[in-house]
Amino acid sequence: MATSDQTAMSTSAKTPAAEAAHPVDRSSWPLWEVFVRSARGLSHVHAGSLHAPDAEMAVRNARDLYTRRNEGVSLWVVPASAIVASDPDAKGAFFESPQGKDYRHAMYYKKSEGVKHL
Amino acid sequence: MSGESATRITPGNALRPEDIAEQVAAGTKVSEDVAEYALRLGDDALILAQRLSWWISRAPEIEEDIALGNVALDLLGHARSFLTYAGSAWGKSEDDLAYWRQESEFRSCFLVEQPNGDFGKTIARQLVFSIYQHELYSRLVDSADETLAAIAAKSLKEVDYHRDHAIQWTLRLGDGTEESHRRMQEGLNSVWPYVHELFVDDELIERLPGVAVRPSELRAPFDALLAQVLGEATLEVPDVQPAMTGNRGTRHSEHLGYLLAEMQVVAREHPGATW
Amino acid sequence: MATQTDVRDLHAVGSEEDQAGQAYFDKIIADDSRIEPADWMPEGYRKTLTRQISQHAHSEIIGMQPEANFITRAPSLKRKAILMAKVQDEAGHGLYLYSAAETLGTPREELFDQLLTGKAKYSSIFNYPALTWADMGAIGWLVDGAAIVNQVPLCRASYGPYGRAMVRVCKEESFHQRQGFEILLELANGTEAQKQMAQDAINRFYAPALMMFGPNDDESPNSQQSMRWNIKRFSNDELRQRFVGMIQEQVKVLGLTLPDDQIRFNEETGKWEYGELDWNEFYEVLKGRGPCNAQRMERRREAHENGAWVREAASAYAAKQSQKAQVA
Repeated sequence: MATSDQTAMSTSAKTPAAEAAHPVDRSSWPLWEVFVRSARGLSHVHAGSLHAPDAEMAVRNARDLYTRRNEGVSLWVVPASAIVASDPDAKGAFFESPQGKDYRHAMYYKKSEGVKHL
Repeated sequence: MSGESATRITPGNALRPEDIAEQVAAGTKVSEDVAEYALRLGDDALILAQRLSWWISRAPEIEEDIALGNVALDLLGHARSFLTYAGSAWGKSEDDLAYWRQESEFRSCFLVEQPNGDFGKTIARQLVFSIYQHELYSRLVDSADETLAAIAAKSLKEVDYHRDHAIQWTLRLGDGTEESHRRMQEGLNSVWPYVHELFVDDELIERLPGVAVRPSELRAPFDALLAQVLGEATLEVPDVQPAMTGNRGTRHSEHLGYLLAEMQVVAREHPGATW
Repeated sequence: MATQTDVRDLHAVGSEEDQAGQAYFDKIIADDSRIEPADWMPEGYRKTLTRQISQHAHSEIIGMQPEANFITRAPSLKRKAILMAKVQDEAGHGLYLYSAAETLGTPREELFDQLLTGKAKYSSIFNYPALTWADMGAIGWLVDGAAIVNQVPLCRASYGPYGRAMVRVCKEESFHQRQGFEILLELANGTEAQKQMAQDAINRFYAPALMMFGPNDDESPNSQQSMRWNIKRFSNDELRQRFVGMIQEQVKVLGLTLPDDQIRFNEETGKWEYGELDWNEFYEVLKGRGPCNAQRMERRREAHENGAWVREAASAYAAKQSQKAQVA
């Protein structure tokens, strides 16, 4: 590899996989995230990832990799690069607002405890 | 013909080789002709599974190790069911048939015996065989022999995926790079001499009307789909003469002997042993 | 598994951001919670995990070879199907683990490259040859058995993607060990030749399987750090002792023996003891002088190189298709 361990590490220490500096290899396939619906009525849940040249192959590879034991009735594949995530560095602030707003939960309302069908 | 226990098998349910074995143990016995026909179906699947299984740990990408492994496993499953059923004619198990027959007693076609070559040749062999097999099984589900029909119904769904896998790769190799186009076309040309054999009717087929599928019937739909796929993949239908093949008889390609030597070696070192 | 971890200064005084990150990281570890890919993490943690997870992935992929060799020779069709499904699972496990390693920032292609250039290691056990059908049994029972003992605690590893991959692996792997044990059981109850084959396989795989847990604790300084980071939960020796305790019971069911007459339970320490292992051999194999090191690497390299034109073709096709889609 062109990058030494050192540079690879200093680059990757903060950047997610998609942005990490690495030599572009024509033969390497993009990364896809796989979501599996395990039964009708349930949501698709993230199962893992895989590499595939395109969406059609990705969904086929996902079938072979993640549903060999009847784990699924439906699959989603999403290019890993298409996923937008919340800012990891702002985790405290970003998720602060709901803290202290217990009144969004039924548990908050004690006085009506014991009243039927409520 | 199949005994009454065959009716317990519901086509389309996940039919396992063990279910067939149970049915055979319960007294199902087939006629020699049906057994001979089942041998053809089983041997094709077995030999191709043996060929494909070589790829596991050698495929172009690890995702593909798994895909080819799945195809091989499916085919092995078909083989076990057909061989178990065939064996009931002679009181033999799937393993008796797989490990203790001589080369001349196998009924596989030349095509499945062909070496893997590169990935292009393997895909070419997969393409022609899975299209053929799909046409075959989609008619065998209506066979008057309920067991053959049931095995075909289970297998058809799997072959549907094999055919799709082969088509997807044919498109990518055919219309990928110059090198892949060349290799895919070469692969097709090299398996083409052995395609003709798949579609030859013979006396056995004549003796089993309503039970066996007439191979010659499959040629037109095979040609139509193949031409469509190859057209889309920017490939040519090979202009190559059919080879003189075994016509499902006792003659095989030179390759089968080596394949069987490897497949049978451990079992034959231990006659009478169970595993 | 048994390579030196280059432990860097964990509390390097960096930017304010790094200090805040370190504090957050320390708290998550102290709470025995999980680190996720986008979290700040110390370089040493990232590097240790990348190395460990990718080595683990490489081991799965190289580990396919000795068993794949017997797929074409399996002595019954049922065994052939089982073995094929098992080796296929190993490819799957390799992929789960590469996925986990990639979340740390190193793409799979680079991890492959590290394997193919010899920069990355894989488990030494796979540098021993699989010579007979009984080896399929011994590999399943002893090698997968040792792997499971190692892996079950890893399901709780502090790095989320690693733990999740291990949960999936462990769930699937339970059949691997059983099928191996049943191969041996069948042989042990078979002909005299089959029984001998089984005993011989156990004799050859016993010590290498024990060495899969890595060097003795006093020779494995990096384990300490991994334990502080909640990556590793038990020491090499603890796991090895636990494993010996399990297999010495199981071998009785087979009616066979382990090639070690010093196995005994020490009432005082509450631990299983066993004969001294030949660590010289271990390090020799690690350095590349095992019976199959060269062969395994050559086969992996060959598969990768022979597949290059296929991977390129698929990429080229995908590029053409997306261009067509844009035009249309």
